[in-house]
Amino acid sequence: MKPAPFDYYAPASVDEALDILSEKGYDIKVLAGGQSLVPSMNFRLAQPPALLDLNNIPDLAYIKPAPDGGVVIGAMTRDSDVEHNPMVAERFPVILQAMPFIAHPQIRNRGTFGGAIAHADPAGHLPAVTLALNARYHIRSKNGDRWVGCDEFFLGPFTTAMEPDELLVEVEIPALPARTGTSYHQMARQAGAQALVGVAAVVTLDPGERVAAARIALLSVGETPVLAGRAAASLAGKLLTPETIEAAAEAAATVDTDPGGDIHCSPEYRRHLIRVLVAKSLEEAGERARGKRG
Amino acid sequence: MAGKYLGQRLKRNEDPRLLTGQALFVDDVQLPGMLHAAFLRSDYAHAWIKSIDPSAARQHPGVVAVYTAADLGKIWKPGPLNVPPPSGIPGVVFNQRTQVPMAKDKVRHQGEAVAVVIAESRYIAEDAAAEIVVDYEPLEAVIDLEKALGEGSPLLYEDLGTNLASFVHQENGSYAEAAARADLIVKTHIVMERGTAAALENRGYVASWDNKSQSLTMWATTQGPIALRNGLATILGLSEHQIRVIAPFVGGGFGPKILLYQPEEIVVSWASLQLGRPVKWIEDRQENFGDTSQERRQIHEAEMALTRDGKILGVKDVFIHDTGAYNSYALTIPLNTQTHTTGPYKVANYLTEYRVVFTNRILVTPLRGAGRTYGTFVMERLMDKAAKRLGMDRTEIRRMNMIQPDEFPYKTGIVGQDFAKNVLDSGNYPAALDKAKEMIGYEAFLKEEQPRLRAEGKHVGLGISFFTEGSGVGPYEGARITVEASGKVNLSTGVGTQGQGHFTSFAQVAAEQLGVDPKNIFVTTGDTEAFHWGAGTFASRGATVAGSAVNAAALLVRQKILKMASKILEAPEEELELADGMVRVADIPSRCISLAELAVKANPSRGAVEPGTEPGLEATAYFGPPYGATAYGCCAMIVEVDPDTFNARIQRLVMAHDCGTVLNPMILEGQIHGGVGLGLGNSFFEKLEMDDNGQLQNASFMDYLIPRASDLPPIEIAHLHTPSPLNPLGIKGVGEAGAIPIPPAFVQAVEDALPEYNLEISEAPLSPNRLFQIVQAAKQA
Amino acid sequence: MSELVKVQVTVNGTRYEHTVEPRMLLVDFIRHELGLTGTHVGCEHGVCGTCTILLDGKPVRSCLLFAPQANGHEIRTIEGLGTMDNLHPIQEAFREAHGLQCGFCTPGVIMSVLPFVEQNANPTEEEVREALDGNLCRCTGYQNIVQAVQLASEMVASRKAEAR
Repeated sequence: MKPAPFDYYAPASVDEALDILSEKGYDIKVLAGGQSLVPSMNFRLAQPPALLDLNNIPDLAYIKPAPDGGVVIGAMTRDSDVEHNPMVAERFPVILQAMPFIAHPQIRNRGTFGGAIAHADPAGHLPAVTLALNARYHIRSKNGDRWVGCDEFFLGPFTTAMEPDELLVEVEIPALPARTGTSYHQMARQAGAQALVGVAAVVTLDPGERVAAARIALLSVGETPVLAGRAAASLAGKLLTPETIEAAAEAAATVDTDPGGDIHCSPEYRRHLIRVLVAKSLEEAGERARGKRG
Repeated sequence: MAGKYLGQRLKRNEDPRLLTGQALFVDDVQLPGMLHAAFLRSDYAHAWIKSIDPSAARQHPGVVAVYTAADLGKIWKPGPLNVPPPSGIPGVVFNQRTQVPMAKDKVRHQGEAVAVVIAESRYIAEDAAAEIVVDYEPLEAVIDLEKALGEGSPLLYEDLGTNLASFVHQENGSYAEAAARADLIVKTHIVMERGTAAALENRGYVASWDNKSQSLTMWATTQGPIALRNGLATILGLSEHQIRVIAPFVGGGFGPKILLYQPEEIVVSWASLQLGRPVKWIEDRQENFGDTSQERRQIHEAEMALTRDGKILGVKDVFIHDTGAYNSYALTIPLNTQTHTTGPYKVANYLTEYRVVFTNRILVTPLRGAGRTYGTFVMERLMDKAAKRLGMDRTEIRRMNMIQPDEFPYKTGIVGQDFAKNVLDSGNYPAALDKAKEMIGYEAFLKEEQPRLRAEGKHVGLGISFFTEGSGVGPYEGARITVEASGKVNLSTGVGTQGQGHFTSFAQVAAEQLGVDPKNIFVTTGDTEAFHWGAGTFASRGATVAGSAVNAAALLVRQKILKMASKILEAPEEELELADGMVRVADIPSRCISLAELAVKANPSRGAVEPGTEPGLEATAYFGPPYGATAYGCCAMIVEVDPDTFNARIQRLVMAHDCGTVLNPMILEGQIHGGVGLGLGNSFFEKLEMDDNGQLQNASFMDYLIPRASDLPPIEIAHLHTPSPLNPLGIKGVGEAGAIPIPPAFVQAVEDALPEYNLEISEAPLSPNRLFQIVQAAKQA
Repeated sequence: MSELVKVQVTVNGTRYEHTVEPRMLLVDFIRHELGLTGTHVGCEHGVCGTCTILLDGKPVRSCLLFAPQANGHEIRTIEGLGTMDNLHPIQEAFREAHGLQCGFCTPGVIMSVLPFVEQNANPTEEEVREALDGNLCRCTGYQNIVQAVQLASEMVASRKAEAR
């Protein structure tokens, strides 16, 4: 299990990186934390002719407040730095709730926040969590930059809206409105194993405790992280009761998704887990929304 | 029989090296001019090889050689059997098909080697292997055990005309007669699945042929270095004394590393001979899933005949055993199943019969538990079912059928893996059952705790399972002990070591006889230059058989010491004592001589000795038991099932265990802990998912899960001590104990946690997905 | 073969400079270029934890980095702790509690939990099991590793207290 040969580029600045990307395009693969890419190279499932290593660009690793109360996270910020950041914990506890499920601490010490999103693994935690949080992604190329919203970003398994000469440089997560609660639940066979199903829920209540807005994102249920739109819509203007929650969970499991099976999980079991975990997440997010933010 | 050293909880001698990164493992061997091998392996499970074109790979820069089966010349032939088929059972069918060094005309499992590249680095070797072009004609794969024996199934071996590898029938008494007079017959259909040993260290070999000394040195991750040396000598056409096999520190064995004449062992050593340079091959994890032997796939149709008050009249078990593409290890595993099914119980009428089937999967050889696991699962499931049907307590039905302490030795009449009719040597089974019940708080849990938890909406169940572990089988092992002129003691034995603490436990055995601190006893295991007689480390026999040989050799050295010291100190032998590296006259400690001085005197450099004198304080001794000693135990656990996700967690696990005399309780407990870890894997996680085409779906640790720290509960152990009469120290083996009783206890606990569904679980492992499906089916029924 | 790159790295306080193919895995670099074979290889896909080292003080999988990525960084391996005659407290604790059998996974386990042990004087069993979840062991059932880590935490804390 040794990787095939490749040319190696390790620029020290984003501009330099973009120059190389624009020159090589399809013939180069971006190396961020490498915690998914390197295993697939070791299995020789991926054999990129060249690697663009971003690890020598200190400018891409930061966590800073956004003026509106959100946060902006540089693409090369290590998962463990996000996990232990007090501002992230305070403003977006759902990120903190999801973080321990990303493999193991040794992987999070190396894996990056942006890398996980750009990798667009349908079983990845961070694509789904940022989707639930309505994040937008800042993308640069030699020719300029653009922001892509999370609803348009994930196109298929390991496929995003980014062009080969583009680089994800930062992720902006907007502030949560008042009376918003969040929650994250997943089922995996053991600590650090791939989630059979994961659910991130963000619920905002109106002063009368009716649902003003909800975003429910699921992972491991389709070709991309999936936003359960019908489930969320079914809650609009309603109180969160066992009945409305059950109806939303049912919509998530039967309308918003059509899950397939794999060796760990039959389609029926996966549907069952969607019901159970969506319900659990909505319940918890609702409680938190009634209590305080997050 | 705890002594000053024996039976003490001594820290291990080998640990400082292992803990500081100074212990030599095979992949740590670096030699000047060393080359690296990479194998090209079949993606197909079953295919004709029409042609192999290695020309591009041969041209690859850095490549020294590329070999296929055609290049191996006369060393290409099916390897010798590791184990012969059993003698003493009438009517045995055994169709021998052993592994070949590389596939020639046909590949019979995914991962089978078809070519090897020898290059300046492993990286280059893998690059070039990808350039070898193989033209295959794919064939339908034989995967399903029942279909494999059916009409029209594709055949692994056309010349054989069947996929039947073996048939064995044994019966003690008459099951038909027992069934005819039974009040109740319970039946079950059991499926256990294949897993893999997954030692953290993969296999690996470094072979170095030295032209000037005309000798081959081979570092190997083997559990049987001496047998490997002898086999290689025959295969390569060398004298045994031209080959030195060293099994250095080995990173976990668990069974598959006892398999000999594996393709890579032969090809790597042969390549070194051809090229006159050292060659290294280290198996990678992906290869390990396809080229290292596996275990645990059997399908049982079993039934038990009982009286209405719960007495067992007879058991009938008919099963199919998957041997994979080859049967180099013959019938050890299914024989173990046959001897362990009835376990601790008196079963006067027992019929056991199996068919072994060739399938397009890697061959099957023993893996920690080795056939005992299924037998125990089958029997314990039958006991549970009978208890339910008769409305009896599950521990009572077990107790009333147990062999009693005064009934040993107990003959079952069934021939086992050592080809002897199985005899259970000693024990107190009811005491172990009582102890486990007491530790888990059986009555209180069922009467108070469980109802209280149910009221809180928690689904918590108790599982309890009994098992026996046939261990310490023959043929023999040996040991040589030398007291050096430095006063230090050298001890060598033929078994290899894979973490069992032999450097310490063997030293403790010798120390007890010689009065030397175990720290000053240097143990060598697994180096054919240090000791070249022995069979290997398997069947939980290291401590029992090699440990007994060490004891015998130490006794002989002790006698030599006493005889010499008696003359020098002018005191009768009975008055001498050995302690602190000295021989002393018991009442007059100032009259003493050190072992170092004695050793010098025992090896005079000038002058004359009495005729017949052997030099040195040295002795070699061997030990072979008449048959294996049987350890046993009882495991109980508390399992909580999450009714939403069907995830199950073991909250507590206790084990009452008896392996006779304990050499070092710390090491013993460690063995049980590790076995339990594998047992949990077999209960919950470990199934190699093979599709109908013979493609493994989970050939990585991402998809094939093995237990992690938070998957396991704390394990509480109680020791019982019934010394075995089969060896002077009274030892029984323990290596496989932990793995055996976990699956039946686990599924029983899951059933107990979900009483509302009245489940009958007859499979292992039991994943949350499967439990969900079983519950859904029960709901619909 | 691609262009060779120079790798300068400090391992256990010693500076090394080697020129290697960029694809060389860091664990192969440490083991076979530098000869520090105490770090082992178990899966080469980042799941087993056997190859764990400290990179700039943090545990990482050395099978999931290429050697050039360590350029200019500081590495600590098992060889950088105690010696056979003078074990580091964490090594002593593993010996005392029988927290190893075959010892193959042990260097990776120790490097994984070293920062945890240094930061937690009195961890609960549950915390320790969580801290160990990134490392596979097939011999011990983890029981004695858990105890070794708890003992190591105590020993390290008491050494710190003595030093004050």
